[in-house]
Amino acid sequence: MSARRKLSHRLTMTALAWIVGLLIFFPILWTVLTSFKSELDAFAIPPKFLFFNWTLENYGVVQERSNYIGAATNSILLSIGANLVGLVIAVPAAWSMAFAPTVAIDRRETRVMYAFMAAGIALTILIAWLTSFPLFTSWWGYALLAIIVGLPVISWILTRRTTDVLMWMLSTKMMPGVGVLVPIYLLYRDYHLIDTRLGVGFLLMMVNLPIIIWMLYTYFKEIPVDILEAARMDGASLLNEIIHVLTPMATPGIASTMLLSVILSWNEAFWTLRLTTTHAAPLTFLIAEYSSPEGLFWAKLSAASTLAIAPIIILGWFSQKQLVRGLTFGAVK
Amino acid sequence: MGSIELKGVRKSFGAVNIINGVDLRIEDGEFAVFVGPSGCGKSTLLRLIAGLEDLTSGAVEINALDVSDVGPAQRGLAMVFQSYALYPHMSVRNNIAFALKMAKQPPAVIEQKVQKAAGILNLTDYLDRKPRQLSGGQRQRVAIGRAIVREPKAFLFDEPLSNLDAALRVQMRVEIGELHNALKTTMIYVTHDQVEAMTMANKIVVLDKGSVMQVGSPLELYNRPNGLFVAGFIGSPKMNLIRGEAADKRGAATIGVRPEHADISATAGEWRATVKVAEHLGSDTFLHAESDVVGPLTIRLAGEAPIAPGDTIFVTPRQAHVHRFDQDGRRMA
Repeated sequence: MSARRKLSHRLTMTALAWIVGLLIFFPILWTVLTSFKSELDAFAIPPKFLFFNWTLENYGVVQERSNYIGAATNSILLSIGANLVGLVIAVPAAWSMAFAPTVAIDRRETRVMYAFMAAGIALTILIAWLTSFPLFTSWWGYALLAIIVGLPVISWILTRRTTDVLMWMLSTKMMPGVGVLVPIYLLYRDYHLIDTRLGVGFLLMMVNLPIIIWMLYTYFKEIPVDILEAARMDGASLLNEIIHVLTPMATPGIASTMLLSVILSWNEAFWTLRLTTTHAAPLTFLIAEYSSPEGLFWAKLSAASTLAIAPIIILGWFSQKQLVRGLTFGAVK
Repeated sequence: MGSIELKGVRKSFGAVNIINGVDLRIEDGEFAVFVGPSGCGKSTLLRLIAGLEDLTSGAVEINALDVSDVGPAQRGLAMVFQSYALYPHMSVRNNIAFALKMAKQPPAVIEQKVQKAAGILNLTDYLDRKPRQLSGGQRQRVAIGRAIVREPKAFLFDEPLSNLDAALRVQMRVEIGELHNALKTTMIYVTHDQVEAMTMANKIVVLDKGSVMQVGSPLELYNRPNGLFVAGFIGSPKMNLIRGEAADKRGAATIGVRPEHADISATAGEWRATVKVAEHLGSDTFLHAESDVVGPLTIRLAGEAPIAPGDTIFVTPRQAHVHRFDQDGRRMA
């Protein structure tokens, strides 16, 4: 009796899982199917599901009209390159947050420090004014200003608690990108970074850095600090400790972090669409070319989309175990 | 080879003082044990010597050289952690060899030293295994092997036996003692178990609430505890501490009588008591009795004694072994 109920229960669950899976997968399936249709069939109502004239024509047109290889190369270079550089920054950052966090600051001491610094700034400006020192008119005046204003600002940043820094980094992800579009665009224009792989790659890295650091941080938190201390007692330098002990132990975590952030970079469309045209244009840009400006060519758009998502779907397919572990890490223990 | 000296060592985390000014000298070749109840700061003191924690004030000297600002990697000490802290991704061979690799020793020398250490610790057959494939005792040996190949100035042990079962603990205790006799290297050993302290140490340092209560050889502490804390902490079962009339009679605020330093009689004696529990161990008999005059008493009798709960006994302390303490809990001459 219980075995039978179990069987029916399992059948229901399987069926439900398939239905949910198909629902989620359907847009991708439909895109792939549409890419093999003629433009006429793509519009047909009622929609044709499997029985239409299968054709590879759209793929040919996409190849002719746009530079798929170029865009795919850019996508690969940008997403992998940006994240490798990001990793080099994120591993030490996450190390310090996980193993050497700033927990509490002595409020009184810092207040005294700020008072001294503020007095220093005021005094410098006063003396400069009295002695008609060219504080605001010469480059060394600016340099002096930068030092007396910059030092307190930097020391303020460096004495923040680690939890505050983490929250601040997370908060940058809550800000819509469009909020900084104009300043970034102007900076990129002035420094000739628009439509360069360097410029776009740097931006993608910065966009993903908070996520990479957060994920690595949660992974690193799981590593017993004793083992790192043992490495220190064994005479390992900080660099050796990170390379020979921390990184090998965190390899699964680093791998799934990389995978997730590569996917995020691959799909990033806001900045890539606005900062690239040809040289650094990735696949997202290629798809966008097939939308509204040239009329609605569903089949060709679908073919371009299929080409764009295929590499990342294959990558995800082979690493789904890692990916799921990465996404649920820390949530279930 | 190394002597270690602590001068006015203090450590506080924020407003909480963990170590309140410790002055201590550990001679070259000594086996020193830090013992105290949990939270007394003994592990913190060890970590301060190791360099894993920064001093709040004071100085740590190794061989008369101030190392207060030297990192753990450069102090030339080796540490065995409570959790063993083996590198999980490395074989036993590489675990033991790691410190030598960090010291950039030639591979032939490394192999020779690893083999020698493995020979001493009966690990030769396990060199190619990973730590997870070893039993608790074997892991403990690897941790010790990792420490001895470095030929450190001193060994630091942080409660190394607390994760082992009772039988293995006794065996490892003997092995560490033998190791000390063979190497003649300074060892500092932290434990909360006063039996470990009494059996292994040349010098016991009793700590309470971040302060050193007494320093001395095991028998000095047993025979002449300098205060109530040490009197109650050293010795098993605990010393009977008695206040009131019995203490007044001897001109003290509190008197201490070790369970083994009292005679019993069925007919006459100083304190009349009723036996509550009698523990027959064969070699000893422990009696837990309740006296109308002096409260609860623990008595230890050598060999077997035909006493059952409910019996009335008369207890007489041996005058030469009565410890007298004044109002502040200090030993009276």
